[in-house]
Amino acid sequence: MADAAPQRITDIGPPDFQQFLPPVVKANYGKWKYHEIVEPGVMVHVAESGDELYTIRAGSPRLLAIDTIRFYADLADKYCDGHLRFTSRHNVEFLTTKKENVAKIRAEIEANGNPVGGMGRSITSIVHTQGWVHCHSAATDASGVVKAVMDEVIDYFKEEKLPAKCRIALACCLNMCGAVHCSDIAILGIHRKPPRIDHKNLDKICEIPNLSASCPTAAIRPATVEGMPSVEVIEEQCMYCANCFTVCPAMPIADPENDGVSIWVGGKVSNARSEPQFSKLAIPFIPNNPPRWPEVTEAIVKIIEVWAANARPYERMGEWIERVGWPRFFKLTGIPFEKEHIDDFKHAGLSFKRSAHLTHEA
Amino acid sequence: MPKEYKTPKLDELEKGPWPSFVKEIKLAAKKSEMSNDLLGQLEQSYNEKLGHWKHGGIVGVMGYGGGVIGRYSDLPDKYPSVSHFHTIRVNQPSGWFYTSDALRTICDIWEKHGSGLTNMHGSTGDMVFLGTTTDHLEPVFKDLTEAGWDLGGSGSDMRTPSCCVGPGRCEWACYDTLQRCYDITMRYQDELHRPAFPYKWKFKFAGCPNDCVASIARADISVIGTWKDDIRVDADQVKTYADEGLDIFNDVVLNCPAKCMRYDGEKKEISIDNKDCRRCMHCINVMPKALRPGVEQGATILIGAKAPIVEGALLSSVLIPFLDIDDEEEFEAFCDLIEEMQDVWCEEGKNRERVGEFIQRVGMGNFLEAVGVEPIPEMVAYPRDNPYVFYEDFYEDEDE
Repeated sequence: MADAAPQRITDIGPPDFQQFLPPVVKANYGKWKYHEIVEPGVMVHVAESGDELYTIRAGSPRLLAIDTIRFYADLADKYCDGHLRFTSRHNVEFLTTKKENVAKIRAEIEANGNPVGGMGRSITSIVHTQGWVHCHSAATDASGVVKAVMDEVIDYFKEEKLPAKCRIALACCLNMCGAVHCSDIAILGIHRKPPRIDHKNLDKICEIPNLSASCPTAAIRPATVEGMPSVEVIEEQCMYCANCFTVCPAMPIADPENDGVSIWVGGKVSNARSEPQFSKLAIPFIPNNPPRWPEVTEAIVKIIEVWAANARPYERMGEWIERVGWPRFFKLTGIPFEKEHIDDFKHAGLSFKRSAHLTHEA
Repeated sequence: MPKEYKTPKLDELEKGPWPSFVKEIKLAAKKSEMSNDLLGQLEQSYNEKLGHWKHGGIVGVMGYGGGVIGRYSDLPDKYPSVSHFHTIRVNQPSGWFYTSDALRTICDIWEKHGSGLTNMHGSTGDMVFLGTTTDHLEPVFKDLTEAGWDLGGSGSDMRTPSCCVGPGRCEWACYDTLQRCYDITMRYQDELHRPAFPYKWKFKFAGCPNDCVASIARADISVIGTWKDDIRVDADQVKTYADEGLDIFNDVVLNCPAKCMRYDGEKKEISIDNKDCRRCMHCINVMPKALRPGVEQGATILIGAKAPIVEGALLSSVLIPFLDIDDEEEFEAFCDLIEEMQDVWCEEGKNRERVGEFIQRVGMGNFLEAVGVEPIPEMVAYPRDNPYVFYEDFYEDEDE
């Protein structure tokens, strides 16, 4: 076909990462010997060849305008021969073989408002979701809560003064884009009211069998309402997970007065010392209080301070709680223990205290 | 002239020492009416404590079913520039390494076709372009592919794989995370771009048990680097750590979960009973100059992690205790097993059922049988503690 349109390019995949590696990385690929944190937010990797690579890690808001990315690019040109990377927790890292550039990079990135830190026994950037900026199912905002929390704990980002690392994550609904359920501190947006049913449109925009099947507690049943095929919700069986809304827009669940955040603690993904574990419920509900969510930030600062004051070196939040027991956690943090803390979903009994291993005060 | 919104609530979030996302939106709003209307709508959300985005519709680029998430304002008359505000996921390079030129190309494309707002990066790992209109989707895709970039996954497809920095800049990488992440991404382009699974399927590649990409918490297949032989010990460096004041007994030895380390405080010597070592990484993390993973390296393959929706959160569990995944033959066998598992899951899995939930429903034993993997004790924390065992074959009276 002589007049064929130009080939449309598809399925090429991402660029081969090799083309983006700094020369020192290429030369020492897989041959790094050790690393050390030389100052907060700066580490040096030393290769078996003796080559050194300095990394300067800076916090970022994750939500970036292209002008800010261009600023990062300019900085990389100026000091890093055009090389940089990002971390799994949204930090930006500048990579250089020149020790003398470290202080200059730090000065310029800090002048732009990006703190240097987030390494070792610190709080690094909060992994989070889109919230009201871009998500249809959010029970709270993400970026705003994160900004408010990081403003309060930034000293723990800039200095290594905690017993161990502390990973904070936020998800604005139970879908949890990101691994918040295994974080030292997880902030989780929750709904607390069953979905409203738009009977008029439901059958037009949703498949009723799929909708019924979407409910983990079988609370949604097909029903005819005013002659129209629709569903009914057994409200006492609803735990507001919003999975129905995800499969059917005619089941809106967001509600300004009933939505808010819950706080979970003690999870981890690393295998170091103890096995990876889920975060557990610390505070069942805090109402949304934009723009700064002061009750949330206050609770988180308190939890961090109590852990920092009581944990042994290298003890993550969950490891400390495991050692001293949950009664002590609730006592020291002053968080009231309520009915909601006791599991009543599947296999709930596994979380009950099934021994006499308790601490007592004389 | 774009509307000028008063944003007293959001302005509060420009204050304080942590970098502000509001500043970023305002920066973008100077050039983009879309970002300006985003500011207006977000301020309204802050006033009402309610999001204003509608459910995504089916939008995308020709021939793909994933990579674009449809997003519409539920207040299109008030904020017309965000009436369409679709997200584009752009597949990141392994390890999130970039050159400044590559980033500028990306920025130029996004300036031309969208809001100028991004996430670097989304939780799964993609670069996220926040906000464009349907008529820009094909043009932005054309510009991206011509510059060598492609879309990531979304919906019920293979999601964009991601990995830690690996051998690029970490002495603990026990296999080539960057390369294997790239290989899997390239091999399964069709699965990544055209949703044909019951639900999402995620791969995450972590070079060591520290798991810097949280693979065990969220990947359907978690590939976690490990080693078989002895931890390498540099005795001189152990002494140096001791001389510099590290409390080796309390901070290292007592934290060993296997209790397989001894420390002689007089001689400043460490000894490790490696057959009991659980490869947890703690001692290596604390003394990186003195201790290193062994040299017979590979990966543990785990399956089934997910967040709570629908049936509850799961961590991945062991499928293959040790695989030399850098070896081409073993890698091919790994891919064959992946495809076998996906076939079974596609055949029997329910809509929106992750493979971890599928395994819970049908039973791990049955799943293993279906995919041809022998059950081994490494797969369980402990054997079952209830007697409700299903048997398919038993002797009928006439067999006797």
